[in-house]
Amino acid sequence: MNAPTAATTATKTISFTEAYSRALHDAMEMDPRVIMLGEDIADEEGGGVFKVTKGLSTKFGSRVRTTPISEQAIVGAAVGAALAGLRPVAEIMLMNFITVPMDQIVNHAAKLRFMSGGQTHVPITIRTRTGAGAGTAGQHSDMLEAWFAHVAGMKVVIPSSPADAYGLLLGCIFDEDPCLFIEDAMTRTQTGPEPEKGKIIPLGQANVAREGTDVTVIGYGRPLRDTLVIAEKLAAEGISVEVLDLRTVSPLDTDSILKSVAKTQRAVVVHEAPRSFGAGAEVAARIQEHLYSELKAPVLRVASRDVTVPFAKVLEQEYLYKPSAIEASIRQTLNGKGRR
Amino acid sequence: MPTTESLSPAALLAVYTLALRIHLVDERFRGLLRSGRLAAVYYSPRGQEILAAAMGVHLNARDYLVTTYRGIHDQLAKGIPLRSLFAEYYGKATGACKGKGGAMHITHPASGVMVTTGVVGSGLPIANGLAWASQLKGEDRVTLCCFGDGASNIGAFHEALNLAALWKLPVIFLCQNNGYGECTPYGKATASARISDRAAAYGPNMLGVTVDGNDPEAMWTASAAAVARARSGEGPTLLEAKTFRFMGHYFGDPGAYIPKAEYDAALAKDPMPATRAAVLASGISEAELEDLKKQIEADIDDALQFALDSPVPDLDEINRDIYADPTGAPA
Repeated sequence: MNAPTAATTATKTISFTEAYSRALHDAMEMDPRVIMLGEDIADEEGGGVFKVTKGLSTKFGSRVRTTPISEQAIVGAAVGAALAGLRPVAEIMLMNFITVPMDQIVNHAAKLRFMSGGQTHVPITIRTRTGAGAGTAGQHSDMLEAWFAHVAGMKVVIPSSPADAYGLLLGCIFDEDPCLFIEDAMTRTQTGPEPEKGKIIPLGQANVAREGTDVTVIGYGRPLRDTLVIAEKLAAEGISVEVLDLRTVSPLDTDSILKSVAKTQRAVVVHEAPRSFGAGAEVAARIQEHLYSELKAPVLRVASRDVTVPFAKVLEQEYLYKPSAIEASIRQTLNGKGRR
Repeated sequence: MPTTESLSPAALLAVYTLALRIHLVDERFRGLLRSGRLAAVYYSPRGQEILAAAMGVHLNARDYLVTTYRGIHDQLAKGIPLRSLFAEYYGKATGACKGKGGAMHITHPASGVMVTTGVVGSGLPIANGLAWASQLKGEDRVTLCCFGDGASNIGAFHEALNLAALWKLPVIFLCQNNGYGECTPYGKATASARISDRAAAYGPNMLGVTVDGNDPEAMWTASAAAVARARSGEGPTLLEAKTFRFMGHYFGDPGAYIPKAEYDAALAKDPMPATRAAVLASGISEAELEDLKKQIEADIDDALQFALDSPVPDLDEINRDIYADPTGAPA
């Protein structure tokens, strides 16, 4: 769906920020149960630091509320309102601040359905933003998706195109479970074809962003955009790369992963988060559990370094995963062809 | 709902009846634990029966409750059915939470018991959300949030009270100040003389009240006022009910950290016999109270037998209630 064709080249494009904003607007219009809370999000405060919620409080009134800087209070209020039948969307401005309401997310939002024996559930969406590359350093750049994917009951979503961002955010808001929706700070102005209004992308389903036969690159978010560019370049050399966008880190769409890797017999897993204990390790483990005898090369991982995100530009770039490493890993798995 | 009247004999009896139910259920659970017929982590509310009952009589099933692991008195005051409660303590399929929450995590929305949390102080932000939903929907539901004095020192307490005052939420923060946070005495953990003094920090929307939670009349009157205030949209109340915890922190806690003189003085003011005496003085006979006790004991017998006779959860239950089906979209 990401590869433009002759028929779609005339399609209007929108940015990620427009996609998030449009999804929130349309969700509120579609369902009066959708409410919103977060720091600075109402128009009097500027419509959010990143302008994603701009216009919403003017149109939807008290359904959109600016909160104090109180992350536990924000997520707790979202949990309680969800228990009472509403569909709160809470904004935690930056992902590092999610360390503050971890108790509300991990002990309550994620677990109340199970611990109550299904009597209650917590259909909240937590929107948050993160990503390294803008010099915001150690406390404003972390990708922490693996923490939440590790907790039963949570759904974790990271889109890699504006259309997916729109559909997946609607998917989170209308999902019956607690969802963490992660917006990449570095791609916010990038554009892509606009989504169909009201079209919900269900969670837990990966997307074949590009079909190929030689190797599967599996990932989500920003590195997927780099991968698509690399795949085009390699296609000119006769290397056919399949790109699988997980879209939902949790629940993980194992079937789609296995289907693709069974076809290509080679896999590279990419993400922006640090390598160790990241989502890539889980993907690689599932591939080897199911397809060990069919693999023609070890599953490789491309990720950022296991260090605190540094400030100095050169160090920050040294921290981040490198598109060149994605390309090199693809080539390496292909070179491993005759190893077994 | 009367807010200024003093406690009538009928209202006193209603409070005592509910308190006796709490008292007898607690006694039964401790007996079962002592004799090895029940294996569960248990936090006795012994000593806190009256405060829960005096609040409970002002609430209905549509009102919400958020409480903590020491919440059995609150849950009973809110009207949770005994069978659901006992079966959950036994981890049975018929329990309130199908045996998946257990003693520290009771939920029973039909009676308004929305969350029982095992994490100290976590309930306050969630109570705000329930109250916010009522406010947005224009409902007159009250959300009661119960916690101990220990919870008043975690950050979530401050965040929640500030937001509740700011948004004028229909919530009652009922601090059951029993003098100990786990095994640490109040004075070693809390710098404020009274928890309710902290209400002043949250501006005029937050009313702070300290009351003797063991005095049925004082507790009933303060509860009535807090409920009326929340129901009419006047805002939240931080209601501090002073009480005592006779059975230590957890079942089996010998409470060696409690000075004997303090314990004896508290026991001398045990609210259960005192309230019983007040009920008798109001014109109810010993025989009537004996009948009441017999009736509650019979309900408890029934609930216990139901729990014992109930099946354990099907093993497949471990696969359920992790996620809903992925169909939450509006049609």
